[in-house]
Amino acid sequence: MELDNIKKLLDKYFEAKTTVTEENLLRKYFNGEEVAPQLEQYIPLFSYLSHAKEERFTKQVPLKPRTYHYRWISVAAAVILAFGIFFGPEQYREYQEQRQAEIAYNETRKALSLLASNLERGTNKVAYLNEFEQTKQKLYKND
Amino acid sequence: MVYTTTEQPDMTQSEFLNVVLPFKDKLYRLAKRLLVSSEEAEDATQEILMKLWAKKSKISGYKNVEAFAMTMTKNFCLDRLKSKQSGNLKLVHSNFTDGGTSLQREVEVKDSLSWVERIMEDLPQQQKMVLQLRDVEQYEFAEIAELLDMKPTAIRVTLSRARKTVREKLLERHRYGIG
Repeated sequence: MELDNIKKLLDKYFEAKTTVTEENLLRKYFNGEEVAPQLEQYIPLFSYLSHAKEERFTKQVPLKPRTYHYRWISVAAAVILAFGIFFGPEQYREYQEQRQAEIAYNETRKALSLLASNLERGTNKVAYLNEFEQTKQKLYKND
Repeated sequence: MVYTTTEQPDMTQSEFLNVVLPFKDKLYRLAKRLLVSSEEAEDATQEILMKLWAKKSKISGYKNVEAFAMTMTKNFCLDRLKSKQSGNLKLVHSNFTDGGTSLQREVEVKDSLSWVERIMEDLPQQQKMVLQLRDVEQYEFAEIAELLDMKPTAIRVTLSRARKTVREKLLERHRYGIG
């Protein structure tokens, strides 16, 4: 394309009045081999603009259905909760019964040991009686 | 059961990727233009794609998913930048090597491509976006107007201003004969 035309297009470009097609013509010209020396300061601009479009997003997108996970977590929570409601009270009742049994056992033991110590004291006293009996027997024999 | 039924059947993962594939690079490039750091742009793009995936049942109803996604990206990045500014955080990016040696390196940099990129970095956000959408992605004015919620005439003015600033800086550099 002749130089005059390019200059006109450039002026239009800086007034933002070029179409995309015209802008492509400019790019083609400035990325080509035969750029007029008085216009070469524009080469970096147009070659940058053409290159800038080549940059890519290369990262992976973690699209694993994380919404699904949340859904299943809530299901699991509901199931656990339901189990708790069904079996919880029974477990609790069993636990309470065992505790009560333990308390009763301890109380009984205490009562029995008290009884035992009292009984011992009783037999000690009875020992005196035995002494009395023996003496009485001796007396009878002597008769 | 636990499933809630939507009006439209859900897209499968590969269907979704096919919808997204033609424009995912454009999302990334716009994000990078605004956020500058490629890592942050990658994160933003991932975030946008995941948001789209979460909305996949609605997507098939949209006429122009690309325009919708581009608008989402723009808003997301502008929010990011805003919260950064208010949090008084510096934009961190590792695209350029930093510090002491960089001055010498800058002088040595012969790569005029990255020079243009840096000129664009210094433009106001609005100009940056218009230049990106028109001169890199080659959208029509009407599309850009829709994406940026601006009037086509305003876009023309902004675009012209941006192009002239780039020209000015390029000519300056050319005159000094660097590179």
